[in-house]
Amino acid sequence: MKMDGGQALIRALELEGVDVLFGLPGGAILPVYDPIIDSSIRHILVRHEQGAGHMAEGYAHATGRPGVVMVTSGPGATNIVTPLCDAHLDSVPMVAITGQVPFAAIGTDAFQECDTTGITQSVTKHNFLVAEAQDIPRTIKEAFHIATTGRPGPVLVDIPKDIVDPDNPRSALEWTDDVEIDLPGYSPQTDADPVAIVAAADLIRAAERPVLYVGGGILKARAAEALRQLAELTGIHVVTTLMARGAFPDSHELCLGMPGMHGNFTAVTAMQESDLLIALGARFDDRVTGRLDGFAQGAKIVHVDIDAAELGKVRRPDVAILSDCRVAIEALVVELASNGIGGVNRGAWRSRVNGWQENFPLSYERTQGGDEIKPQMVIEKLRDSTPDDTIVASGVGQHQMWASQYWSFEHPYTWINSGGLGTMGFSIPAAIGAKVGCPDKMVWAVDGDGCFQMTAQELVTATVEKIPIKVALLNNSYLGMVRQWQEMFYGERYSEVSLSKDVPDYKAWAESMGCVAMRVDSPEEIDAAITNANEVDDRPVVIDFRVAAAEKVYPMVPSGASNSDLLVSPSQQDQQ
Amino acid sequence: MNEQSGSGSAGQHRVADYRYHTLVVTVENKSGVLARLSALFSRRGFNIESLAVAPTDDERFSRVTVVVDLESAPLEQIIKQLDKLVNVVNIRELHPGHAVERELMIVTVSAGPDRRDELVEQLDRAGGKVLSVGADAMMLSLVGPPARIDEFEELLRQYGIIELQRTGRVALANLDEDD
Repeated sequence: MKMDGGQALIRALELEGVDVLFGLPGGAILPVYDPIIDSSIRHILVRHEQGAGHMAEGYAHATGRPGVVMVTSGPGATNIVTPLCDAHLDSVPMVAITGQVPFAAIGTDAFQECDTTGITQSVTKHNFLVAEAQDIPRTIKEAFHIATTGRPGPVLVDIPKDIVDPDNPRSALEWTDDVEIDLPGYSPQTDADPVAIVAAADLIRAAERPVLYVGGGILKARAAEALRQLAELTGIHVVTTLMARGAFPDSHELCLGMPGMHGNFTAVTAMQESDLLIALGARFDDRVTGRLDGFAQGAKIVHVDIDAAELGKVRRPDVAILSDCRVAIEALVVELASNGIGGVNRGAWRSRVNGWQENFPLSYERTQGGDEIKPQMVIEKLRDSTPDDTIVASGVGQHQMWASQYWSFEHPYTWINSGGLGTMGFSIPAAIGAKVGCPDKMVWAVDGDGCFQMTAQELVTATVEKIPIKVALLNNSYLGMVRQWQEMFYGERYSEVSLSKDVPDYKAWAESMGCVAMRVDSPEEIDAAITNANEVDDRPVVIDFRVAAAEKVYPMVPSGASNSDLLVSPSQQDQQ
Repeated sequence: MNEQSGSGSAGQHRVADYRYHTLVVTVENKSGVLARLSALFSRRGFNIESLAVAPTDDERFSRVTVVVDLESAPLEQIIKQLDKLVNVVNIRELHPGHAVERELMIVTVSAGPDRRDELVEQLDRAGGKVLSVGADAMMLSLVGPPARIDEFEELLRQYGIIELQRTGRVALANLDEDD
């Protein structure tokens, strides 16, 4: 069948099962926007390309399907560099289609030309510059294959205008349905080595103080159910990293919650005192380990990861298993179920863990009948007045840590945040993407005032496209996490960290973008505002919670310190 | 600099070369692939000592011979990161002493008529060739193991090196140790 490149591109996306594109048209990508009119694919028109990128990420986090972005050349492409890098660090499957100047004009500094594949090389899993129209269908197939297999990640396809422009003879191609991928250098291994599984099982059987250290790979591998079986079969406690919140239910008796710089005392300390860390789809990130030579010094390591380069990158494992997490965990469950879980009595360990949980729960000082709103309180009230399967998307900073700490995640894929890159402004577009992918679920963005001002314009997108997300703005008029560091580590010298209390008027701003908006200044107004927000179903809602500015995130491992030097909240410091 | 003795192998290298390992990387012969390799080395902080690229007998692939500096990163991590590049088809690590390594040098040396005989004699001993003779200079070439090239380059300094170009090494595994 004869087609032009633009038609072929859209047809190829349809064949990949794409149901939504997040994008914004411009000169070089114009010919591809024309066939969108006749396609079944929904297009969400964003107000800034960065928003499109984070929406695609939010969509992918929530649904497990790759998010797709389409933007034009030059500034369109450079505006998605941050989301690409974000997706790269958090292993989010995503395909970005970028327009490019005509092939013959590449290298001439043409209008809106930039070296998109060069710029994005280090922030994508792979990228392509397509030279011929005939290569478009195969390249799209390859892009989706790479983005969604092995360790998932973003793939960019750069499309010169001439090969999609129907008025240009270079855009003509012969469409066939049986195009095949040609990637001789790409074949991710997914099956676990049975010898390594037995070796890992032996370490598990012999361990007195084992901990399952669970990362985002569990979610990418759809392995939450397998993890639960492994934990329950062996009775081993689970810590869920920032990327893995929801992979194991917080209410489960074996769940210790989040480890790391702002992890809770029990999760951090159990890892420190452990004699066997079973790392599943986790990468020993510096925010989890603290000072590396002081991290879990007595622990042997079983490390399961689908990316060979993660095995031994930071901490040398005693048993390395190169595998898809679900495959490896299921194999471990079979091995341990058939040949026994070992007879080590872990009673003493369990009582130590229980002791830590009793003595050092997450805590903050409640206001004594005062009128200050504590940000943690907002998260708790939101948690208690929304359905179990509510999706929470967070920005980056204090509010992100409080959301991760004080929410109770009972289901996988209900927590969406920017972990590796720490991208401020992530939450609103990510929440929009999640809501597009899961329209029947309630989606709350938990945001800070610094973050909100970076991407708030996408609330216009949400209103116009009828995507009813809800935003809880924890507004302390500061770049809160920076303020916390300046208070604790820079002698209370506050440099460029104060945002205005008076402008913007968030309520007026949100209303001007078509949202229902409320402002909450005192604790007794919180419940009613949340109830009102939960009832709105036809447009976005923003609640501007004016929260205590001096509140700090605890516990905290100061940067560069060992996890053994965790600071608990001031009220608990006497017991430590 | 001494060649390692007693290995009985045809591969020759400086003992100090244990800091360096040779990787033979087969890549897809597509535009931009070399940039991907060098960007990876730069981004991950891996230092490279030399790099040689050329097509193979199969036009779909090129072969990159890269000598990596193991003081900058562990070999295992370098190999694993390289392997993640979609265009990298195969990586072979050539252990020092288990490979045949060759490098080409062409060099212009100042040598008036009075010193030519002496220079040519040393060139013959090293197995090199005279490419061109000028009034006060000679252009020479030498192919050999990198250590021998190093030695000869050192020797030429007394004459005065006007211009010098080395290719970086290429390598293949020894026949009897081919895995």
